[in-house]
Amino acid sequence: MTIRSPILILVNDEDLVFKALADPTRRALLDSLFVRDGQTLTQLESELEMTRFGVMKHLRLLEDAGLVVTRRQGREKLHFLNPVPIRLIHDRWIDKYTEGHTRALLDLKAELERDEPEDRT
Amino acid sequence: MTTTTTTGTTKVYRVYIKATPQAVWDAITKPEWTRRYGYQGIADYDLRPGGRYRAFAIKEHQQAGMPEVPVEGEVIEVDPPVRLVQTWRPTWLDEPATRLTYEIAERHDGVTCLTVIHELAGAPQTMAQVNGDVEGAGGGWAEILSDLKSLLETGAPLYG
Repeated sequence: MTIRSPILILVNDEDLVFKALADPTRRALLDSLFVRDGQTLTQLESELEMTRFGVMKHLRLLEDAGLVVTRRQGREKLHFLNPVPIRLIHDRWIDKYTEGHTRALLDLKAELERDEPEDRT
Repeated sequence: MTTTTTTGTTKVYRVYIKATPQAVWDAITKPEWTRRYGYQGIADYDLRPGGRYRAFAIKEHQQAGMPEVPVEGEVIEVDPPVRLVQTWRPTWLDEPATRLTYEIAERHDGVTCLTVIHELAGAPQTMAQVNGDVEGAGGGWAEILSDLKSLLETGAPLYG
């Protein structure tokens, strides 16, 4: 176990991720990048009923949390969904032994929810 | 799992690791390190432009049906320990080679930022593989980088 610097104890990377995810607009932005990665601010903005400034603020928080990574391509700034911080939380909380059980429960949930009401007995 | 409708063909993955850029570089390019995390492939790099890259599967994976060389490619650009560009092609898929860039940047606080840029145009199956979208085929780059971080920071991989 390594000792973390004071700043990392005050604001843990995981805290930033959870805070960034705790907002429907920011989750909508991540969903949009999941479907289509590498969008510009203008493209992302067009899907939301929000000012450009508002969208920029949300993207900034996602970037601070590491969930969005930006790259310049010519004059454009592209936004990419970075799944690694979520994977780190997954690996931190769900180890390889419990993953099987979790997967089984998720499969069961999917199976039960897929059934049409009339198919149930 | 449903198929992702992705029109963007470049994927970007980033992880912050408490290690030196040289340690991260070694973990990517040296076989004694690459076999200790992720898919445990044994990297064989000829680290110069035009040089060959191959990842050999460990014996256990070969016995499980993996080809001897699951991934091959060609080195395009080498600037140790900050930048490596190469092509990358899974040998079992009939798809064109993709372009892979590793960017390694040192931060002021002893933390290194590793960014993996994978350009996957024309290679949807390769994209699904590296993005962890293929059932039973591992978590792709996110899993590899999480495991790499664990290995370099704690000395132990997550799934070893």
